[in-house]
Formats: sequence, C-alpha cells, structure tokens
Amino acid sequence: MNTDTTMNEPAPVLKLTNLCKSFGGLQATRDVTLRVMPGDRKAIIGPNGAGKTTLFNLITGIHPVTSGQIHLFGQDVTNWPSHRRTALGMARTFQVTSLFPKLTVIDNVLLAIEGLRPTKFVMWRFQSSYKDVYDKAHTLLEQAGFLDRKDTEVRNLSHGEQRQLEIVLGLASNPKILLLDEPAAGLSSGESTEMAHFLMKLDPTLAILLIEHDMDVVFDVADEISVLHFGELLETGTPEQIKQSTRVQEIYLGTD
Amino acid sequence: MSKQTIKIAAVVLCLVALAVIVPRGNSFVVLLVTRALAFAILAMSLDILLGFTGLASLGQAAYFGVAAYLTAILANRYGFGLHWDFWLMVPLGMLTGAALAAIFGLFAIRATGTYFLMITLALGQCVWGLAYRWNSMTGGDNGITMKGGRPQFGLDLTNDVTFFYLVFAFFAATLAALYVLVRSPFGKSLLGIRERELRMKILGYNVWLHKYVAFIIAGAFGGLSGVLWAHTNGIITPETVVLTTSVDALLMVVLGGAGTLVGAAIGSAIVFGLREFGSTLVPWWQYVLGAVYVLTILYLPMGLMGVPERLRQWRATQKKRTTKNLASVPS
Repeated sequence: MNTDTTMNEPAPVLKLTNLCKSFGGLQATRDVTLRVMPGDRKAIIGPNGAGKTTLFNLITGIHPVTSGQIHLFGQDVTNWPSHRRTALGMARTFQVTSLFPKLTVIDNVLLAIEGLRPTKFVMWRFQSSYKDVYDKAHTLLEQAGFLDRKDTEVRNLSHGEQRQLEIVLGLASNPKILLLDEPAAGLSSGESTEMAHFLMKLDPTLAILLIEHDMDVVFDVADEISVLHFGELLETGTPEQIKQSTRVQEIYLGTD
Repeated sequence: MSKQTIKIAAVVLCLVALAVIVPRGNSFVVLLVTRALAFAILAMSLDILLGFTGLASLGQAAYFGVAAYLTAILANRYGFGLHWDFWLMVPLGMLTGAALAAIFGLFAIRATGTYFLMITLALGQCVWGLAYRWNSMTGGDNGITMKGGRPQFGLDLTNDVTFFYLVFAFFAATLAALYVLVRSPFGKSLLGIRERELRMKILGYNVWLHKYVAFIIAGAFGGLSGVLWAHTNGIITPETVVLTTSVDALLMVVLGGAGTLVGAAIGSAIVFGLREFGSTLVPWWQYVLGAVYVLTILYLPMGLMGVPERLRQWRATQKKRTTKNLASVPS
C-alpha cells in the first residue's frame, strides 16, 4: 500500500479500490474506484437508487463489502468496525437526520466530542466537570449560531436547524474527511444556499465527499463531481465538464 | 443547573424523612419498607438498562436470585457472611451478579428489541430451572431457610430497625452511585445508544462494549439487591428467581418512570405497599395492581415521575386554547 505514497504526492485520505456490494441479486455498488486527497471537495451525484448512500455505508463500515478494498489514511480498513474508522479521522452525516431527539443540543454535541476521547468510559465523574469538552461544545455551537438554543431538545428544532446540527456533530470530532449524505435534503432553496455557504466556509484542509441532489449546492461546493449510475461510476470531472456531458444529461439531468 | 439542585435536595429530603419516620412505625411497616428498599435496588439496576440504555431485560431476577441463593447457601453451610464477613458477602454477591451478567451479556447484547427481551427471558428461566431442580444445592421447591438469622458484627442486624438502617444505607449509596453513573460521560453514552445507536457507532463509540459494561453493572447491583433480599426475607425459594420477579422489577420501573432512577424506587414502594395493604383489605387486590399498571402505561407513558411534565403540558395547551378563544371572539 505504501508504495504509491511518494514524497511528492501526499497520501490519499480515502482510497476505494474495485469496491463491490451485492444485496442478494442486487448489485448496489459495482467496481467503484475513487481517491480523495486532503482538502478535496468531491461530490457524488446520481439518480435515486444509484447506490450513493450504500457507498457511504460501505465506507463507514455500516455494511460489509462484498469485494474490494477501502483504505483510510493509508490503512486498510475494509473489515474494521465503524467506530475504529471514525477514530482514524472520518466523520459522516446522514440523509435522514440521525440526531439524539430527546437530548438537548449541547448534549448532542457533547456526545459527538466524547466519541473519540478515552474519557467516554469514565463513570465516576459528572460529564459537566469536563471543562474542556464543554468549552469545545460551546465554540462549535457558537460558530454554527446555535448557542442560544443549546438547552433546547433536538426534537423541538426545525428541520433546517436539525440538518445544520447534523454537520456540527460531524465536525465535532475534528475529522480530516467528512462524508455528507445529502446535507440539503428537505431544505428550502434559501436554506440550501445557506448550507452551501456554510460548507464553503469550512477548513480548506478538510476533505469533503458529498452526496447531493441539489445541483446548486453541488456546483457551489464541489471541485470535482463523480456520477454514479446503477452502482457504477460513469464519469468524473469538473462541474463544467459534468454540466456539458451529454451522457450525464441523459441519465441524470434529463433530456430536454 | 439550579433546577437540578432543587431535585437533588427534594430527593435527599425524602430520604431523610424516610430514615426518621420509618423506625417510629410498627414492625410491620419497618419490614415492609426494608423489603421495598432492598427490591428497589434491583429495580434501579434494571432502570440503567431499560430507562437509560433502552434495553428491556426480562432476566434481571437471575442476578438477584443467584446472589440471594449464594448468600443463603454460604450462610447455612459454612456460616459465612453472618458476622463481620457480611462485608465480604456484599462484594461477593455483587461480583457474582456481575460475573453472571458478563456471561449472559455475551449472548444477549448481540440482540436488540424483542429479541433481546426473549434472550434475557430464556437465560433468566435457565437460572430458575436450576434453582428449582438442583435439590441438593438449592432445596428445590422448598427453597432454603436461613437458619443462622441475620448477621451480627457489633451491629445486631436481627433487630429489624437496625437492619432497616443498613438496607437504607445501601439503597441510598446505590442511588447516589447510579446517579453519578448516569450523569457521567459513560452514562451519557448510554443515553445516546438509547436514542440512536447507529449514530453512536459513527461518532466513534464501541456500542457493543458500552451496552455490555452497562449490563454487567446492572448485574452487580442486582446481586447487591439479592444479598440484602436473602437477609430481609430469611427464606429463598425458586420464586425469587422466577420470571414474575423480573416482570415485577420491570413494571416498577415503568410505573415510576423509566430513566429516572428515583422512579424505580417509587414504583417499588407502590407495588410493595399495594401488595401488603391491598391483600389485607380485599381478596382481589391483584386486580388493583393490574389496573394501576394498565392505566400507567396507557395514560402516563413516562410513569409517575412524568406527572409534573404532563401537568405542565396540559396547562400550556389550556392556556393556548384560552388565548385562541379570546383571539377569535372579537371582530
């Protein structure tokens, strides 16, 4: 594995090699090969059922792969459980909001921060006695403009706020690669624009792999777009190239 | 924060009141409260699983029963645990509960929801089967009568009031320890698992391990409860480990309010109270208990501890309705 990491070229954050996944007779992922370098902003687009979320589930270890390899920061993590992959510096958000609905905003963020700390096993001290974790949660919430709602239960937030909090939770562990599964799902166009601006402001060294249906968000955020169709990567290119591609227009943007 | 302080103060006040008032009552009341407190430790241990981790276990009586049997067998055969070595019996009982939970957990934690319920039920009934059939060790259906009575080590625990104080102290210590546990980072992780297990995995938690540790801790406190129960009751029968005991504990937690700890203790007090007083009043007291359960589950999904919240909501909707009416009246 380390043979292709020369001094000139930094190691890829994420490398997928001939990744395949079948659910019974359904081939959800076919021979996907992809490299994400530090600071890359890549998007994966494709029609419904193209296997985008499945691909994320393979990368994060929710589903075992059928064949192929996944390398994170140069390590073969193909058979690792999710929590160990996260510990390497990976984070993701979910298409369907997956927060802790009955916990407060701050408790959600605290859980996200504690996830990679050994103190998560401490059972003889109050969580509130960990000043540093609290300070970090405050900073994160302040940046996202949530500080005034920190004691609100998450189920009482609006959908748009919950989508934003999804990303805050993803960022809480200081990841080096962030997988975003349709961050703008269900948002109004105004909210989507806000979301795109929020994503563009993130640390430029953070690699982002984005699944999105909202093309405005994709074209704003991504430097490179890959098109997934029936589990297969059809085309990869800059937003301009993808816009021009007749093949992509046929399968995805519609022919008109 | 201050709201939390008020809640803690209220609980401490209730505990102090209990410690002051109960010893003044007659021996029936003292023994009843002692039983309820000993059993409340079991209910609280189950609340860690049900209320905080979201694991509905139907086998909590196993750890309780094994520790109770161990206490009775060691006391009768070797006279162990009847003097100062009672203080060894307590950790030994907890260790036994924890060890059994560590074994059962390997089977049970892989499952979720109803499957978890079924596996814990089956494992719990295995223990019951053993208690029922292993005549030479457990006395079979007759159970074991503690011949040596309660421990004496300077403190004379054969005195019901002294014994009440001991059980009360263990109860209060358990409540405090579990309260710290559920507010600790580990306890918060259990809440996260209850709310959204998948997200916890993605956030970097080894969800299986956290559940397993919680399961073992619950087993340990179940064991503590069992040791105290053996000395409270003086006789251990297969009834102690049968499914009904697990269900009782489960219903106490639901009745009081899952995920509140104090609720489990309140549930225990109500069930023991209704059972003891109800059975002297009417022959159909079990229907009263049944009705209480059904009504709680139907109308108070958050249990009795959820009543203030429920009232607040009701008042809020009431207020909204009046303002709405006022708004629609003019023009």
